[in-house]
Amino acid sequence: MFQSVLVANRGEIARRVFRACRQLGIRTIAVYSEADRDSPHVRDADEAILVGPPPARESYLSIENILQAVRRSGAQAVHPGYGFLSENWRFAQACADAGVVFIGPSPDAIRAMGDKSAARDLMAAAGVPVVPGTPGPVAGADEVAREAERVGFPLILKAAAGGGGIGMARVNTAADLASAFAAASRRAKAAFGEDAVYIERYLERPRHVEVQIFGDGAGHVVHLHERDCSIQRRHQKVVEESPAPALPEKTKDALTAAAVAGARAIRYANAGTMEFLVDQAGHHYFIEMNTRLQVEHPVTEEVTGLDLVHAQLRVAAGEPLPWRQEDILQRGAAIECRVYAEDPAKNFLPSPGTVTRLVLPEGEGIRVEAGVAEGVTVPVHYDPLLMKLIARGADRAEAIARLARALDACVVEGVRTTLPFLRRVMTDAGFRAGRVHTQMIEEGAFNG
Amino acid sequence: MAEEIRAHITGVVFQVPTKPGDKVAAGDAVIVLESMKMEIPVEAPRAGSVKEIRVQEGQTVQEGDVVAILE
Repeated sequence: MFQSVLVANRGEIARRVFRACRQLGIRTIAVYSEADRDSPHVRDADEAILVGPPPARESYLSIENILQAVRRSGAQAVHPGYGFLSENWRFAQACADAGVVFIGPSPDAIRAMGDKSAARDLMAAAGVPVVPGTPGPVAGADEVAREAERVGFPLILKAAAGGGGIGMARVNTAADLASAFAAASRRAKAAFGEDAVYIERYLERPRHVEVQIFGDGAGHVVHLHERDCSIQRRHQKVVEESPAPALPEKTKDALTAAAVAGARAIRYANAGTMEFLVDQAGHHYFIEMNTRLQVEHPVTEEVTGLDLVHAQLRVAAGEPLPWRQEDILQRGAAIECRVYAEDPAKNFLPSPGTVTRLVLPEGEGIRVEAGVAEGVTVPVHYDPLLMKLIARGADRAEAIARLARALDACVVEGVRTTLPFLRRVMTDAGFRAGRVHTQMIEEGAFNG
Repeated sequence: MAEEIRAHITGVVFQVPTKPGDKVAAGDAVIVLESMKMEIPVEAPRAGSVKEIRVQEGQTVQEGDVVAILE
């Protein structure tokens, strides 16, 4: 096992990884920007190294600065968390070149899955169903119009190099196509440095269901069942759960089989997630693979009783997969709510500021992953996630009841948060019945 | 009549798509803020011409700060 691990991230995920390291007797090294001097993740680590000014590209996204911190600290391995450099194959390669272990898949696997249209082709070739769309990026008015007609309206334009919902645009009719395409290319260029855009059929009210997989890099892949992450705003997840409510057994089996087949095809190593949309007829389509630990990994841990970060560390250190497929059981139900510094009354506008008061819930079946503390400033420079509240129960109803109580007991003052919104989700009849789809928030389902 | 345009959130100035003298319509982005990975336009409340821009790219503004003057 490693003696020291540097976490190239901040907030709750850095703290989550530090906790796993401590449990395994590993020395922990934090990195931080000037905006994060007082952040809890800095205090949690055995050592902390300043990596630059507040803007992420000059600190948490600077491969050179992070590698300098790795060299200075003598860390044997780097855990990238999620976001920032976690899906940057150049960073994974730079770690390998510097002689430190990148805790995640190979640079080749990150690269293969990072180009979303190439990933889709690869998965289609492995027999995994994909959403109807163009085989690759499209360009030029004639090609765009022709391909859009073939795929059919409504459709969605996506940045080939994108992720996290950035750069996506829905187009309802041919009349809107040209201007929407120009805007999508421009946004893709601004966000990812490449203006390549591809076209996909837009599915009406689908569910987002994903499968947690884990590979050893030698072709052995197991799955840790599914998560439903249908409650989203701006294509970003807000509530996640496992098992997916009211998902037919046949659909679940098809999803897990497709996820394992796809991961095996690229000899995937470490933790990864295959994301699918499930349409109202129950057909499933691969949308993308996240080649890292997911924000919502705790719900999987709660229903399987397994620790994904321990496994990440062990497999990265050269140990075999810690589980056989038949040992991985899904028991009870778990649900996670993401508490963001956003104002749900103003269409989820960001609300940076200083947390003046913080009361975290506790109790039977409650797990809290918080990146903030009282007196800490939530900077404008990074993702607005403050904390995740997770509840498990013997069944979904018990998990919902516990999470509702946890949300009521949670107090955050100084910044506006999504807590009031999340409380409404827990009491919503549609959500409680398991009738979920990705367009619920934009349709106003929880405006109560 | 001059009118102050204020930032409705705290953020960093991401873009200044207008300059003094520009004519804008109601709803046009006068400046664009970036906050917590989101781009948020600060819009002209009515049609008019930009008299003054009070911020520059990269600058941090607080909720309520005057970012431009419209006339």
